Amino acid sequence: MFEIFGVPSQALFGQLLIGLINGSFYALLSLGLAVIFGMLNVINFTHGAQYMMGAFAAYLLLQYLGLNYWVALVVVPLLVGASGMLVERLFLQYVRQLDHLYGLILTFGLALVIEGLFRNYFGSSGEPYQPPDLLQGGQNLGFMFLPNYRAWVIVFSLVVCFVTWFVIERTRLGSYLRAATENPALVRAFGINVPRMVTLTYGFGVGLAALAGVMAAPIYNVSPQMGSDVIIVVFAVVVIGGMGSILGAIITGFALGIIEGLTKVFFPEASSTVIFVIMAIVLLIRPTGLFGRTA
Amino acid sequence: MTERTMAERTMTERTMVEMPALLVVEALQAWYGESHILHGVTFDVRAGEVVTLLGRNGAGKTTTLKSIMGMVERRTGAVRLDGRELIRLSSDAIARAGIAICPEERGIFASLNVQENLLLPPQLRPGGLDLAQIFQLFPNLRERFSSQGTKLSGGEQQMLAIARILRTGARLLLLDEPTEGLAPVIIQQIGRTIGALKAQGFTILLVEQNFHFAATIADRYYVMEHGRIIDRFSNNELEANMSKLHEYLGV
Repeated sequence: MFEIFGVPSQALFGQLLIGLINGSFYALLSLGLAVIFGMLNVINFTHGAQYMMGAFAAYLLLQYLGLNYWVALVVVPLLVGASGMLVERLFLQYVRQLDHLYGLILTFGLALVIEGLFRNYFGSSGEPYQPPDLLQGGQNLGFMFLPNYRAWVIVFSLVVCFVTWFVIERTRLGSYLRAATENPALVRAFGINVPRMVTLTYGFGVGLAALAGVMAAPIYNVSPQMGSDVIIVVFAVVVIGGMGSILGAIITGFALGIIEGLTKVFFPEASSTVIFVIMAIVLLIRPTGLFGRTA
Repeated sequence: MTERTMAERTMTERTMVEMPALLVVEALQAWYGESHILHGVTFDVRAGEVVTLLGRNGAGKTTTLKSIMGMVERRTGAVRLDGRELIRLSSDAIARAGIAICPEERGIFASLNVQENLLLPPQLRPGGLDLAQIFQLFPNLRERFSSQGTKLSGGEQQMLAIARILRTGARLLLLDEPTEGLAPVIIQQIGRTIGALKAQGFTILLVEQNFHFAATIADRYYVMEHGRIIDRFSNNELEANMSKLHEYLGV
């Protein structure tokens, strides 16, 4: 046991870990938002509800079909992603050429409907979800206790973020995406089916949210309002990082999780507002966000 | 008349008589939102020709190219490629039918490097140029392969914009003012390139303000005004129509 700046190391590293965990979810969620905004020009307010759907889908698969966490990790993003593609085909494709406000209101309303439906069926108390057997227990690192499941969440979300960044920034498929973000009409005139790409991109972003939901299920309670709790912070993260910047979303997500955790140690009163204070400062100095390109 | 222009003339005449039209545009009308831009454009381009649309700013030349490519909100009339009707197809389907566009603003993607820009348009049909052939036409692009697309000079960007549509296998190229804002030496290079493409069997529909440039490469001309074709002549009728042309273009 030792102290850093008068704070016990257990408390410091404990909060740092919580910060990293929260940061993992901020990064995964803001990454999905950034991908969706870049391609569809829609600010996806349904993102929190889709994250919640991911957690509930994992819970329901286990409860009614006996399908475990590992199966859910693969199946749930596909299922919820497919529901997202349906939403894009049914609604979003008609509003994304209009002012941002239309997409915003549509997705916000949709989020309220989805959360209302889940609250109606499952109540708002929340359901527990056990971490998989393989990841029960933890490691004593000497200066702190590290639960295996939490270590897994941090490592896995880093991998998912890296793979997403790599695919978008370094592959042929990603070059289609980036080009279609800049000039969809011209990319389409080169013979690429841009509307189908848009649908798949929305499905992918929603799938990322659902994946985060599955990963969150063993950590937070699976409850209908879990999405709206986190999504406000995630939007602040996206604003700080810069709308539409992939790397910005990832780095800002992790960084703000850590800053939030550290604030809990050194100035607990500000821990729930620090992200919004940073957002205000960033907006004053760099309105396009830390990683945003000036339009 | 010199021997060279004689040869050109017979070449042009032979083309006109024997070659069937590759592209037929009939009564083409187009709208952007409420504004009615094209009021019934009719012309054709034969296989292997270089045809130039001339006209002042706002005459509808760019809109004609975009309408052929399916890039306007609404259009009516007929656009046929090799007899196949394209008017109801989306622009990706039109691209797959064998037409490619090099837009006026060049459309180089800032978030893509030269390589990615060059490889972006997929190969849709057999018969496109391979990279070695493209580098033969545009040696500069090989040296700038990993540069960011928009870091290139205007001339290099224009060459990249033309180069990337040569891989796709499209036989009809729509080039929108490829010389705009470029230095004379670059314009000459682009002129030689278009000549080389023609020799390789590409058919080219060109929009040009720079009519002196067009005169070095075009087989035939159509003159547009207020969204209509108002005149047409072939390259060997150019001299005779010079004064009329100056009036049309206001030069």
